[in-house]
Amino acid sequence: MTFAATLKNTLAKDLRLEWRSKDAINSMLFFALLVVVIFSFSFELTAEESRTLVGGLLWVALLFATVMALNQTWARELRNNVLDAYRIAPAPLESLFVAKTIGNFIFVSLLELVIAPLFVMFYNLRSLGPTYQLVLVSVLGNWALVVNGTFFGAISIRTRSREVLLPLLLFPISIPALLAAVSATTTILTGEGSAYLSLVFLAVYDVVFTTVGLVLFETVLQAE
Amino acid sequence: MKSKFAIFALITFALLTWGLYEAMIGAPTEATMGPVQRIFYYHVPCAWVMLLCFPANFLASIAYLVKRNAILDAFAVSTAEVGVVFCTIVLLTGPIWGKPVWGIWWTWDARLTSTLVLWLIYVSYLILRKFSIGGPNPVLAASLAIFGCIDAVFVFGAIRWFRTQHPQPVFGSGPNSGIDPRMLHAFFINMAAFTAFGILLVWLRFVLERTRQKVEEAHAMKALRATR
Repeated sequence: MTFAATLKNTLAKDLRLEWRSKDAINSMLFFALLVVVIFSFSFELTAEESRTLVGGLLWVALLFATVMALNQTWARELRNNVLDAYRIAPAPLESLFVAKTIGNFIFVSLLELVIAPLFVMFYNLRSLGPTYQLVLVSVLGNWALVVNGTFFGAISIRTRSREVLLPLLLFPISIPALLAAVSATTTILTGEGSAYLSLVFLAVYDVVFTTVGLVLFETVLQAE
Repeated sequence: MKSKFAIFALITFALLTWGLYEAMIGAPTEATMGPVQRIFYYHVPCAWVMLLCFPANFLASIAYLVKRNAILDAFAVSTAEVGVVFCTIVLLTGPIWGKPVWGIWWTWDARLTSTLVLWLIYVSYLILRKFSIGGPNPVLAASLAIFGCIDAVFVFGAIRWFRTQHPQPVFGSGPNSGIDPRMLHAFFINMAAFTAFGILLVWLRFVLERTRQKVEEAHAMKALRATR
């Protein structure tokens, strides 16, 4: 099968599975909702304070929630030894990686669509900067989390206590992306200065780690 | 091999002793900071050893993925472990110096934060090695090391936007950059001593890892013969 066909089939299969089971999306949504509520209980913020803090809170909530989806991407393929079948199939393995990443990207984007209004509601948020840039930040930041997460999910599936290990591997690597995303979000919300540099940084991060992931994915999946 | 190691160990400990003497007694006390400045003779050499270890780990990891030679993996794990140890020392000695001089234990400046994140990345590397099914999986570990090293570049970039509080390099910043020659002397001896110490530790760890690999191989061969 060609790259595009494998990608399309795998992605369609993942979306269909998720549509029927709603495992990842439900657990992510409920978890993120809990984080939002607990944060808003823990800090009583004025509208001014919330502008400077919400960037951080939002991305931490997203990072934790993303791990829930990521843990299920590869665990799903262990049943009936599907992963082994992938290994011996004459299809390009990179397309599997891209399909999984896009799938996770869609799940986390849905999560963002639900979580963002909640943040606005609970924290009385009103952006002082160019709001449309927030969309760009969420897309780039989301991809950064998901592309690394999908890759490290494929690594952590090969270890003991895999659910525990994934965040331990993913969080250190994600720190620069998280910093840039938080800095961009805060800059836009407070309207002080331009988020241009952070956005470029995130874009470069995405390109570099997507490339590294593509190059190393087959090696990792075939590792014995 | 063993005698070479013993000779090298002796030289290293002689250098370390000499370095200790020079740092504590030989070098004059710094005028403004006082005795606490002497931690600099340990802090900087440890950072230097760390900066030798992590790139060595990166190169060994790439080489392993290309050649698939167990020796390279043994080298990668030795440098990573020794690097983490020296990184820990750097992260501990820094605040001890920072509290009296800056008045704070910690600040989120570029070099401190990068070092901390580097430490986190390499600890996660060691955890991955520990948790792989059926003994350490060198391929997975090497992939993580490559990710980590590329990430380190991004870490440094990401944190550079913030104001940096770390003292600027003291040497080579002009003809009168003002450092007592005896201080310089103590500094260079300690640099040499700690470099030798780092190499010694990597060497020791490398031999240990090779032994472990050979034992594992022998077990595998035995199991193979038994099934036949």
